[in-house]
Amino acid sequence: MDFGAHAGFILAAYGAAAIILGLLVLWVLLDHRAQRRALAALEARGIGRRSGPRADGT
Amino acid sequence: MALLDLANPHRFLALARAFIPTLALIAAVLLALGLVLGFRAPPDYQQGETVRIMFIHVPAAWIALGAYSLMAISTLGTLVWRHPLADVAAKAAAPIGAAFCLLCLVTGALWGRPMWGAYWVWDARLTSVLVLFLIYLGILALWRAIEDPGQAGRAVAILTLVGFLNVPIIKFSVDWWNTLHQPASVFRAGGPTIHPALLTPLVITAAGFGALFLALHLAAMRNEILRRRVRSLRLIAAADVEAR
Repeated sequence: MDFGAHAGFILAAYGAAAIILGLLVLWVLLDHRAQRRALAALEARGIGRRSGPRADGT
Repeated sequence: MALLDLANPHRFLALARAFIPTLALIAAVLLALGLVLGFRAPPDYQQGETVRIMFIHVPAAWIALGAYSLMAISTLGTLVWRHPLADVAAKAAAPIGAAFCLLCLVTGALWGRPMWGAYWVWDARLTSVLVLFLIYLGILALWRAIEDPGQAGRAVAILTLVGFLNVPIIKFSVDWWNTLHQPASVFRAGGPTIHPALLTPLVITAAGFGALFLALHLAAMRNEILRRRVRSLRLIAAADVEAR
């Protein structure tokens, strides 16, 4: 596909979208893993409440 | 399902687990379809091939504004109804809205350079969107500055509502001031001015980005609920140590 004289700007825009949205998705996934691990570690120490979500989100 | 049912974080987490993969799949399909149609559409008669940037720039702008509006509604839920998930929803939307706002600014600059001859001009539309981005950063900083989530939620709610004044300014900036940025060409009286060959992929990619936002927002809300659970368990653990 030929984008003509402005190909660099078009590709840079799509590259920026891939980087910004990719980092956003990665941050959400890594944050989820970190919270689940922290919760599992606390529950493994016997610290917990009678109700509320468990580390696996159930 | 009643709104009150969603106030139960346990029930919300079950709902999020069911909806996040579905929304992510819908987003992937719509974005792929929209971009294929967008890249196969003929170039714009004035903007040429650079019009392809519109398929990212315009949805990013809509989502940046939509996310902020969602935050403003959520903060009303915090201040007026004390809904347990209201400030969770507002906090989760802030970094996602900020990311889409940044994407809007970056793609706008990359579109502006070949069309206007400049990456940036202090035009009313561009400046008001930059102000929105700065408000997003201020809100993110305030969330981090106050340790107690309840106190932080109330402080952020006030800042968010004050900042909401900027949303109609962004929308109407192109009508109120003489701007380099083009006026509204989709949501306007008299209908869109964009040719259907370009409008159809724009609507599809916007729907795809919308589904992506919803999936990310639900996932970020789930993370925030788990973070608060971790925080309260750590407080219980600390109280146990002190009691011994």
